[in-house]
Amino acid sequence: MELFNLAIRSIFIDNMVFAYFLGMCSFLAVSKKVSTALGLGAAVIFVLTVTVPVNWLLNEYVLKEGALTWAGATFATIDLSFLRFIMFIAIIAAMVQLVEMVVEKFAPALYGALGIFLPLIAVNCAILGGSLFMAQRDYTLAESAVYGFGSGTGFFLAIIALAAIREKLKYSNVPNGLKGLGITMLITGLMGIAFMSFMGIDL
Amino acid sequence: MSTETAQVEEVKKPTEALLSKRRKKLVSDPLVDDNPITIQVLGICSALAVTTQMQPTLVMAISVIFVIVMANLTISLLRNTIPSRVRIIVQLAVVATLVTLVNEVLKAFAYDMYKELSVFVGLIITNCIVMGRLEAFALGNKPYDAILDGFGSALGYSWIILAVAFFRELLGSGSVFGVQVYDGISGLFGGEFSLATNGLMVSPVGAFIILGLIIWVQRTKTGYVEH
Repeated sequence: MELFNLAIRSIFIDNMVFAYFLGMCSFLAVSKKVSTALGLGAAVIFVLTVTVPVNWLLNEYVLKEGALTWAGATFATIDLSFLRFIMFIAIIAAMVQLVEMVVEKFAPALYGALGIFLPLIAVNCAILGGSLFMAQRDYTLAESAVYGFGSGTGFFLAIIALAAIREKLKYSNVPNGLKGLGITMLITGLMGIAFMSFMGIDL
Repeated sequence: MSTETAQVEEVKKPTEALLSKRRKKLVSDPLVDDNPITIQVLGICSALAVTTQMQPTLVMAISVIFVIVMANLTISLLRNTIPSRVRIIVQLAVVATLVTLVNEVLKAFAYDMYKELSVFVGLIITNCIVMGRLEAFALGNKPYDAILDGFGSALGYSWIILAVAFFRELLGSGSVFGVQVYDGISGLFGGEFSLATNGLMVSPVGAFIILGLIIWVQRTKTGYVEH
């Protein structure tokens, strides 16, 4: 039940896009068409679900203070948490590469659909943000997997909703200065208000 | 995306002035006409996340200026030795190291600020402006130009996030840099009326709307139209 609550919380209440502004760059850049937004959203869910638990293992058994106790008593006092950024980003880049190769080998159809989005994801703030929040909030392994999946799903929902609105927006008469980014920001703000209503849910 | 990026032929001008017209343009272009946030749509994530108050925004702006300038310099110095196939990893490693440095300095000397910015300092690593400048400029230009270019882009980023923070803090908390303005104004009139703060501005929604409006004003002035 705890895990279910965490999933709901990370999808709706602590939504990556509307509550923490993570992954905004790709959120804005790749939301012009629903089909491409679907591809990116799916890739983000996939990569977040994989990288957050893997980074949890790394954090728990290598980086955290006292995490190296398993390697011997002399390592018990070592605190490598200052290496967090560089290790997390390395793991993410490596995992993205790995995921790309595995998907290409075993699911060519999915690879075709995700296509160019997989490599782009390595520099998506939502992915690194997921891992950093996981480390900051001291999740367990199961929680971090659920958190990764949930926040990925939150991003997925947000980007598809925005892409759908932007497809319709093509037919509206928008002032010149607001075209493109400007109106998209305002729409995202309005969507944020809608998502704020989830804050009332007490979990 | 090819080997050419790393080995662009440089313009040989040995007697160019330290602040020639071309170099001034490197700094001034990203401020308005080619602003990283409002025109190129890069680095939005952190632009919005830290801007509820001006103080953390200023710290964030300084951190980003430092990271971009230093990363541009480093990559520019290394540009002829980086094989283009692994350049993304090299760039990420350089940026991540610099960000770690910033993070440790903040942790040591400004712990409150460190707590407040939380993960967003770390997220400078994935700030698209940093990677964008490294890819588009530092890989093909001399160190001094790269510094100027990085500085220009970072300044363009900084003034936008400071502007967003100014409006969000003023309208949301009634203060500027933590100094209560609304109370002062109502004090001037003998406290007969009080100005109401708008909670929406402190929430993420305010950030989107303020930035949207700033983009509108800025693009109307520069006449830039997106198609």
